[in-house]
Amino acid sequence: MHIMWFSERAYHFDPETQSEQHRQFENEVIRRRSFFGLPNSMCEPEHASRLLNQYLDEKLYSEELGFDGVMLNEHHGTPFCLGAVMDVEAAILAKLTKRVKIVLLGNPIPTVANPLRLAEELAMIDLIPGGRLVAGWVRGAGSEQLANNANPAYNREYLEEGIDFIIKAWTTPGPFRYEGKHFHFRFINPWVLPLQKPHPQFWIPGLVSPDTVIWCAKRRYPYIALATKLAPTVELWDLYTKIAAAEGYQAGPENFGYMQPVFVGHNQARAEALGERFMFGGGFAHFARPEWMFPPGYNSKEATRRLARLNSGPNLPGKPIHRSQGNETEEEIEAIKREIYAGYPQARKELQMIAGTPDYVTKQVRKVLEVLRPGIFSFWIDGPLSFSDRRECLRLLATEVLPAVREFADELGLEDPFARKAGSRALPADGKPAPVAQAEMLKQMAAVA
Amino acid sequence: MAQAHDAEMGITEEKISLAGGELLLLKAGKGRPLLVLHEELGFPGWLWWNRELAREHSLIAPLHPGFGRSPRREWILNVRDLAGFYLWFIREQKLAPVDVIGISFGGWVAAEMAAFAPESLRRIVLVAPLGIAPPQGHLMDMFTVTARGYLRSSVAAAQKTPEFGSLFGGSPSPEQFEAFEEARAEAARLAWQPYMYNPSLPHLLVGARHVPALVIWGQEDTVAPVGCGEIYARALPNSRLTIFESCGHRPEIEQRERFVAEVRSFLAA
Repeated sequence: MHIMWFSERAYHFDPETQSEQHRQFENEVIRRRSFFGLPNSMCEPEHASRLLNQYLDEKLYSEELGFDGVMLNEHHGTPFCLGAVMDVEAAILAKLTKRVKIVLLGNPIPTVANPLRLAEELAMIDLIPGGRLVAGWVRGAGSEQLANNANPAYNREYLEEGIDFIIKAWTTPGPFRYEGKHFHFRFINPWVLPLQKPHPQFWIPGLVSPDTVIWCAKRRYPYIALATKLAPTVELWDLYTKIAAAEGYQAGPENFGYMQPVFVGHNQARAEALGERFMFGGGFAHFARPEWMFPPGYNSKEATRRLARLNSGPNLPGKPIHRSQGNETEEEIEAIKREIYAGYPQARKELQMIAGTPDYVTKQVRKVLEVLRPGIFSFWIDGPLSFSDRRECLRLLATEVLPAVREFADELGLEDPFARKAGSRALPADGKPAPVAQAEMLKQMAAVA
Repeated sequence: MAQAHDAEMGITEEKISLAGGELLLLKAGKGRPLLVLHEELGFPGWLWWNRELAREHSLIAPLHPGFGRSPRREWILNVRDLAGFYLWFIREQKLAPVDVIGISFGGWVAAEMAAFAPESLRRIVLVAPLGIAPPQGHLMDMFTVTARGYLRSSVAAAQKTPEFGSLFGGSPSPEQFEAFEEARAEAARLAWQPYMYNPSLPHLLVGARHVPALVIWGQEDTVAPVGCGEIYARALPNSRLTIFESCGHRPEIEQRERFVAEVRSFLAA
């Protein structure tokens, strides 16, 4: 199993030592029902500078601790994620780390809009550390199509054509010319090419959109579910497995990854309290308002049909609240916050956050692994926490949780795509694929709960 | 050919084949043909002004390809392509020279048609047309708000506009949400950038100077500032700019009596 950890690298204040700044900042997010679009005049560059450096230090520390990979992402126009250009951070880690995989989940081809430039950046990020890049691709959030002026109605076309183009740029001897539907290049001859051949692995992160899952299964790309609820995740694993069988292969743990929000501490009550901060500002539900999450044509017709009948946001902790907005009193804002944080026990119950002592976390993570059987696993640590709390959480994860997780993984046969190439498993003789996820296990868990 | 009749207006629905696919036409009334080009959110339904003009005109309202019921043509990449498509339609249906009325986005399409084939058009009515950037400020960006939000911004005073509540079938439904999303997606494909205008249009319109044009604008229009109308009027010397006071982006429903009177007398010439 490949084990890594992730953080959004949010702009935040420590609620304990910077409580007033923290309160004002969160209240503004709540008032606007959105992290996206928070005025950048609220960003103090000195503070952002410290945060970015501390986030990079954590990544370096995690190599010392024995994680297999460091995972990065990027977001635009939001304090949710200060890593606005992930390849910049990746380049630093490429030089300063010695062993870990640099897992980029992922580069938003539609919003970057220049796949040749991406091909060159990523080739350098693979060359510098001697071939440790995992490249991932994303569509970019809806709000980011607006923030980068990327036509959302062509979003999926940009992504798919861009990936094909990057593969071509990396594998076709140059110079050559390319005239596609959306991209046109008259002279392609990048002198920096990846060290890994034919190219670094591609992993695709997502929030269980069937369109993406089907597409990944067809291309044999591992699919990484980002902290989605277990029941729909099992359904999507089954869908992937079915499509894989139609493509002539048996899906296995190497085709799947899962990201799990956690917080580990010595003391159960304190760890639970710190885990609650994952709900900060409404969490992903307040990532951006609906008009920004779903710009025109960003969703497929099928996804739009589902959305038209579903009055809720993505299935991550934090309840979307879209009542009147912008003119609430402080008391009303505090009431909305109470409503958001009231969702925490349910989030814990559904394992949307596992917070506790190393022992507790280990047991809960085992349940997730038994149900989903992923070959790639990422811990997710977020929320406004002090860097000392984060560092201690990382240390406990690495020293007290990770060894047990590796043992389960071996016991459960959870091979990662480095141990076994994704899409290389033969179908059973009768052509009927074996399920990867264990739906039965999920039922048992529900019965116990 | 699928047909459904509405007794009052003689409404029919017709499917024709054109340019590699179907095109759905809504028709009503009797008299000289009047091509009605709908707005960016789709066809809002037959309204009072349609019923009035249907007394002396045969209204032909095509549903733009890709905006919902008429299938998208992948090769229509911008509004000028769509204008070319409709010029083909006019030739195919032997309508030229035809009267055209275009609402907002539909007005932009009509203006592009005038710029390229003025001889195909007899008289044109442009109702707060998009297509030209305002001298100050911006065209309101429909892509950063919800369809409902955009709709709300389109009138100066919703409570004083009786027909506002019946636009697009009235109360929100999942089906209408989907229809709005279809229209928004196609509008984005055609006019994402630059947003809803074509820098060459005011220059090319000068060449269509002999086409009589009535340009109607609401003084309080927050979607397309009235300054756009002044540019339209300057580009088309054989035009008249009529500005409605206390009116937003929908003069056809906000001041419908005056609107119908203006259009009726213009088209009667």
